[in-house]
Amino acid sequence: MTDEKKHKHVREPLIHLAKRDNLPRSKALLIRTIAIALGILITCVFGFLIIGWSPSRIVHAMLDGTFGTENRRWDLFEKTAILLCISLAVTPAFRMRFWNIGAEGQTLIACLTSAACMIKLGDKLPNPVLLLVMLVLSITAGMIWALIPAIFKAFWNTNETLFTLMMNYVATQITSYFIYIWSVPKGSGHIGIINPTTHSGWLVSIGDYPYLLNILVTIVMTITSYIYLNHCKHGYEISVVGESEKTARYIGINVKAVILRTMCISGAICGLAGFLIVSGADHTVITGSVGGLGFTAIMVSWLAKFNPLAMSFFAFMIAFLGKGAKEITTLSGLDSSFADIVTGFVIFCIIGCEFFINYKIKMRRKEAKHE
Amino acid sequence: MSEQTSVETGSGSGVKADGRVPAIELRNITKTFGEVIANQDISLNVYRGEILSVLGENGSGKTTLMNMISGIYYPDSGEILIDGEEVLIRSPKDAFRYKIGMIHQHFKLIDVFTATENIVLGLNDGRYDLPAYEVRVKEICDRYGFVLDPKKKVYDMSVSEKQTVEIIKVLFRGADILILDEPTAVLTPQETDRLFNVLRRMREDGKAIIIITHKLHEVLSLSDRVSVLCKGRYIGTVITAETNEQKLTEMMVGEKVDLNIHRSDPPKDSVPRLVVNNLVCKNEDGIEVLKNISFTAMSGEILGIAGIAGSGQRELLESIAGLEKLESGEITYNNPATGAAEDLRNKSPRQIRELGVRLSFVPEDRLGMGLVGNMDIIDNMMLRSYRGGRGLFLNRTDPASLAEKIINDLGVVTPGAKTPVRRLSGGNVQKVLVGREIASAPTVLMVAYPVRGLDINSSFTIYNLLNEQKEKGVSVIFVGEDLDVLIELCDRILVLSSGQISGIVDPRVQPEGITLKEQIGLLMTKKVSGTEETPAGSEESSSAEGKEAAND
Repeated sequence: MTDEKKHKHVREPLIHLAKRDNLPRSKALLIRTIAIALGILITCVFGFLIIGWSPSRIVHAMLDGTFGTENRRWDLFEKTAILLCISLAVTPAFRMRFWNIGAEGQTLIACLTSAACMIKLGDKLPNPVLLLVMLVLSITAGMIWALIPAIFKAFWNTNETLFTLMMNYVATQITSYFIYIWSVPKGSGHIGIINPTTHSGWLVSIGDYPYLLNILVTIVMTITSYIYLNHCKHGYEISVVGESEKTARYIGINVKAVILRTMCISGAICGLAGFLIVSGADHTVITGSVGGLGFTAIMVSWLAKFNPLAMSFFAFMIAFLGKGAKEITTLSGLDSSFADIVTGFVIFCIIGCEFFINYKIKMRRKEAKHE
Repeated sequence: MSEQTSVETGSGSGVKADGRVPAIELRNITKTFGEVIANQDISLNVYRGEILSVLGENGSGKTTLMNMISGIYYPDSGEILIDGEEVLIRSPKDAFRYKIGMIHQHFKLIDVFTATENIVLGLNDGRYDLPAYEVRVKEICDRYGFVLDPKKKVYDMSVSEKQTVEIIKVLFRGADILILDEPTAVLTPQETDRLFNVLRRMREDGKAIIIITHKLHEVLSLSDRVSVLCKGRYIGTVITAETNEQKLTEMMVGEKVDLNIHRSDPPKDSVPRLVVNNLVCKNEDGIEVLKNISFTAMSGEILGIAGIAGSGQRELLESIAGLEKLESGEITYNNPATGAAEDLRNKSPRQIRELGVRLSFVPEDRLGMGLVGNMDIIDNMMLRSYRGGRGLFLNRTDPASLAEKIINDLGVVTPGAKTPVRRLSGGNVQKVLVGREIASAPTVLMVAYPVRGLDINSSFTIYNLLNEQKEKGVSVIFVGEDLDVLIELCDRILVLSSGQISGIVDPRVQPEGITLKEQIGLLMTKKVSGTEETPAGSEESSSAEGKEAAND
């Protein structure tokens, strides 16, 4: 009887998903690399379909747009640095599970502060003093912008995501108001390069490399962040509060104080980024000074799982994709959204591959078993 | 196993001598999750008119196995037969078609609905005739001896009533193979007896019943046969009448286990360590969860706290640990180092520690409160000590050696000290937590349900640790659910009933007429009558202010 039963055809689901527990790091890295390669492959196919370029031409254009000339290289690294700096800013908050999506506004308000100092104090203070004042005030401005939602969160448990988002709009509106007031010529709606002749308030360049200081500052910040988050008591408190507020209370961490302190740090780094953007690179402020980096930074931080060192890779990757794809659009006359689409493809693949890191797919076993 | 006479191991044909076919039969079922083998080659069967216990420790794969019968999981290999026919159960719907009903450990009821509304929820028979359903619910109740008002709302129900609703729900749908997953975990002894009577009637009615449990005395009093699982493997099936606790334990654990707890007498020089006086505490909704609690915890004793789940046990421990705001009352700690009496009222855990009060607390919610699941053992050791030392940086060397020490001393099974604690099994998680709390050399040690979910060996490790602490003169406060353990382990048992103390029992003294367990069971449900009316008005407003102040 049993033998008969065994041969009876029983339909079993075609695909099983099984959770995997401990994928070795090397294998996980391999999966991620394949994902990035796949993203670029999709880009090539997509590019071929809409502009008819061969994959090698697309890859070549991307490389040329990013590494082709010295200027392009510096530009790439500067973009990476600013993006990384803002990513570092959001990370402490994220580790605390405080979803600060207001980095855009926190940075912009700092940009505005820096520009305001350059305009109002440019001819009154010697340059080193001016730079110091700009730095301090920008950091303070970013901090205040971050602290307001933090206070509401800590004391009245308001939703930080909506609050920080709204603060972005407030920052944009304030900036556009002041741009109108200070526009040159009056009423034109843009400020233009500030102090183009005196260069007061311009971050000094090291040698002939105008962006080198920005890059160095970011490298220092990255290492500092890594140490702060992983090897300092503060960083540990942040993790505990993020993982479980109940545990934090149980061991006597003052949760409110940690929220406020961490958001101060988050805002301060945004302030620093704003200062670097205005003083170190743009020398002006527009409502788009931050250009969405405050949001891109969220992605960088997440992709790197809040690890500052890994973030430098992802910031570089996103800067590279953005710049590389932009080169293609310039050469082929495509709309600039192409760059966003390309970035989207690659990130989709990276996030999608997490599934394969966490799960194993098992197909239906072969019937041959009983034969 | 050779000494056991009637153990059937292999898969057997499953047909009884009298030619009956089992209601449900499992053959060589295997299920894995990643690298974890939850069930390996398990075969068992149940006949109609029979109660089968599936016995095994936590993590032995009982629930996984039952989930495969009820369609929640799909086995990797093996067959399921219903009435001798091979079937395929891919979803709970399939299970329902084969008249299999599972009563889960965690109830799935809608609070604002009545019993009947919950019972018929999701039933699609084209009409919605509530009065008729109520009549049928009543019929089922009468038939099996359930006590349930079909019109009662779930939020008004006790745990046992909710469970009744769950059982009737599957009966209503015509289930004749019933699976109950740890049904007695949440019941008082009296309620358990009532449930067992109902189950016996169902057996007489020809139902096939599988009851999952790890409590041996329940197995012995209720079931006809017992199938034992150990670490995902099928050990064997024995006829209940031919076995005893000791034999079953050996099958379940795989080795001989001493089931006695050695209780020493508290020392003569025992002194009051923690004095709680008239404690009142409200929850977020403003309902009093602790009412006029007064007791004294002595040094060198284990004070047990018994009560139905949710009678204020958690709030009591948390208010002592400085995690709850008090409405009124005092908590005084007699510091053995200085001789001073410290007032712990409305102090934060950190302030309490800074006073030099050596209070350790093993909370009920291990991974949500006592430990951080995503952190490794070392970082979890650091929770208590990370503030120590000067400077901004963390010192991970001391926590690392403490972690190693705990892993070695308590036999924590882990790939290493750097493994996130959420990856460890329940028993090992608890060892890490208890180990850390004991490491700070406490003078008061509070533990809430410390052996919940632990296997027998781990449980006894914990009992021994508590006894050791007691012998060192620590005042141990033990909130437990297993009355047998409380009676064997504790020096005094304080019984809570809806936030009030309904009695303090000496477990060394047998009451007259009833068993000690029954006495405690009665106290657990006893309504504590009129403690004196508190002068509401003025008291209320002043304590409200105190609450505001404490809030900051």
